[in-house]
Amino acid sequence: MLRSIFALLLCAAVGLGSALAVTPDEVLDDPVLEERARDLSRNLRCMVCQNESIDESNAPLAKDLRVLVRERLVAGDSNDQVIDFLVGRYGEYVLLKPRFAAHTLVLWAAAPVALLAGIGGLIMVVRRRRDRFNPVSAPPLDADEQARLDALLKTKD
Amino acid sequence: MIVEIGHYALVLTFALTLIQSVVPVYGAIKEDERLMAIASPVSMAMFLLVLLSFIALTYAYLASDFSVQNVWENSHSAKPLIYKITGVWGNHEGSLLLWVLILVFFGALVGFFGANLPAPLRAATLGVQGWVTAGFVLFMLATSNPFNRIPNAPMEGNDLNPLLQDIGLAIHPPLLYIGYVGFSITFSFAVAALILGRIDAAWARWVRPWTLLAWCFLTLGISMGSYWAYYELGWGGWWFWDPVENASFMPWLAGTAMLHSAIVMEKRDALKVWTVLLAIFTFSLSLLGTFLVRSGVLTSVHAFAVDPARGVFILVLLCLFIGGSLSLYAWRAPLLKQGGLFAPMSREGALVFNNLFLTAATVAVLVGTLYPLALDAVTGEKISVGPPFFNLTFGPLMIPLLMAVPYGPILAWKRGDLLAATQRLYAAFGLAILFTLVTFWMWGMDRVLAPLGVGLAVWVMAGSIAEIVTRVKVAEIGFGRGFARLKGLPGSAWGTATAHFGIGVTVLGIVTSTAFQDEKVLTMAPGDTVDVSGYALTFDGLAPSRGANYVEDVGHFTVRKGGVVIAELEPSKRLYTARQFPTTEAGIHTLVLSQIYVSLGEPRDNGSIDVRAYYKPLITLIWIGTLFMALGAVFSMADRRLRVGAPKPAARRDRTDGAAPAPAE
Repeated sequence: MLRSIFALLLCAAVGLGSALAVTPDEVLDDPVLEERARDLSRNLRCMVCQNESIDESNAPLAKDLRVLVRERLVAGDSNDQVIDFLVGRYGEYVLLKPRFAAHTLVLWAAAPVALLAGIGGLIMVVRRRRDRFNPVSAPPLDADEQARLDALLKTKD
Repeated sequence: MIVEIGHYALVLTFALTLIQSVVPVYGAIKEDERLMAIASPVSMAMFLLVLLSFIALTYAYLASDFSVQNVWENSHSAKPLIYKITGVWGNHEGSLLLWVLILVFFGALVGFFGANLPAPLRAATLGVQGWVTAGFVLFMLATSNPFNRIPNAPMEGNDLNPLLQDIGLAIHPPLLYIGYVGFSITFSFAVAALILGRIDAAWARWVRPWTLLAWCFLTLGISMGSYWAYYELGWGGWWFWDPVENASFMPWLAGTAMLHSAIVMEKRDALKVWTVLLAIFTFSLSLLGTFLVRSGVLTSVHAFAVDPARGVFILVLLCLFIGGSLSLYAWRAPLLKQGGLFAPMSREGALVFNNLFLTAATVAVLVGTLYPLALDAVTGEKISVGPPFFNLTFGPLMIPLLMAVPYGPILAWKRGDLLAATQRLYAAFGLAILFTLVTFWMWGMDRVLAPLGVGLAVWVMAGSIAEIVTRVKVAEIGFGRGFARLKGLPGSAWGTATAHFGIGVTVLGIVTSTAFQDEKVLTMAPGDTVDVSGYALTFDGLAPSRGANYVEDVGHFTVRKGGVVIAELEPSKRLYTARQFPTTEAGIHTLVLSQIYVSLGEPRDNGSIDVRAYYKPLITLIWIGTLFMALGAVFSMADRRLRVGAPKPAARRDRTDGAAPAPAE
């Protein structure tokens, strides 16, 4: 939508405006490595674009990053090593999925906390209502009362 | 001259909004009939004035009057007629004018059709709508005036952003705006109820059709935007979790929650306080969306600070409306009496479950959208929050919600029987298992989640059909009479079933197109053929072509299956000459519900070109599902019980009582 317009505007301004992200000459011969490269690319940001992964972006920077990722993979890096390398070089901004750390605690915890708070709130409301509308939890009958109740029930038969 | 009339009409509107903001609200509190009576005519007058403004601006675009700054910046004399019209809202100022037009249009609708509302509620609602209108008209006049003239009019305009010169995007903003501005009416109703300190089941009955209308258009608007991104952006994605998309998705989530809680309020007089809060939240999220898109804060927190006039103005409006309404809520909501007790396992309980998960999902999207901005503004630290984050936080919340969907309409009010409901859903459950196993069998174990996703989608679809089937009790009374009862079902039952079915359809499209798509990236020379999921795609060559305001290179492709030609595709790369702006047009061929999608990249030597080709199984279901959702909303709105001015239930029963229609006398 509109975001994509900004993205394209930016990328068009920066790049040549070709409309293809991964280009055939970048593709690795080893399909397993290529698949890993694609997976990594989808989680890495094209930093001159607006919220686009390097897998989607046409900007020259994204192309450089894609080639870099593939070089590291061919050199034998693990996925985590590639990510660490990129974060070391470009900062955490390059990750589309922020790391779980102190400064992203609120981000990651918000939805689960909202859900738990909602459940907690509901339980409280239900309890309070039950108390309000069933206020009498009657004490058990003593022996005398029980005898009278039994007698009454018997006369019914 | 016409442009000045438009400008003047806008100023006049502002004057009227001031009257509307004060007089009817005061009248409603003092129960003064005469003061309240001005609300409806003023609401209609405001609509006519803004309409006049809008027509004036449209005229300036049609006449290519480049002495108007807005027209000069966004139009071009060679632009096709249709894009001259749609260009009116293809820019900041014009889109705000459309926003305000829809705002006053909804006000006028309440003024016109609201005769059956209690006078104080109608007057206060229109008054609150007047506050919102006043804010936005003032914003336009002060910072974003579309009628500004420039001295020494240039000969030619700058043209509209070429990406916007597309029919999909041309109708996307009006749909979206009707959606999110439509929620202003529910907001105004909620605030009016808080001012008057009274709210009841009848309130929910008046509010629900408005919510349905807004929701229906918002659904279509989001869907349209998503399809546009899919065919225009060239890499076949249809949802990007981009802040601008999230801006429209958050009111949709909250609005969906509100639709459901309003049902409980209407039927059982419960969840009142919560429904009012949701009405406030939903429109607040619409305002937040407007702020995010219109203030420039998304491009950079710092860009926002550098050119603050617009951003700060909207931010102040945002704080006033959200802060004001929430304060009013905190003050007045305790006055609203709660009613309607229910057991946790009941239809009310199911609807609360729905609200719980939708709200948590809204929080996930909201925090994911705002957190990077907040972090940057506070600590200067830059992080990115993209699709992988949302898939991890939003996705898991949808699973229990989707699993619960078929139960909602089948459980009884007040106290439901989970076991009995499950028995009615045996068939749906069986179908879901069957489809899961078949998908496993077809695709093997390497994609474990996809078959489960297919099963979930089938469960939702079959479950919504099961609801209709059990409601007419076909098994007990036979098919013939069951069919007769089918027609007698209330519109809202059809609405629920259709919309829920649509959710299942969309989920199915998402799962299959994501998990089972086939992608080929390669360089093709003329005559080359590539296999995409069993379809042979041949590149025939590249030829230049020329449109009204662009030049393009069109690639010719032929799709064959078993040697038989089934389609020809013509993806292209365009260059819009006025702005030297390149775009791609994907070549798409629809095969029943699936699509073959071809997009062009860089041309190489000797006539070959980079190509990205996809086979996307069942992808059209994503958007077909949203059509079902919108249709469901239409069915619900058509329900006699909700229709404005419909006869009272008692009168209705006289005519349609009994299993079979009474014979004509």
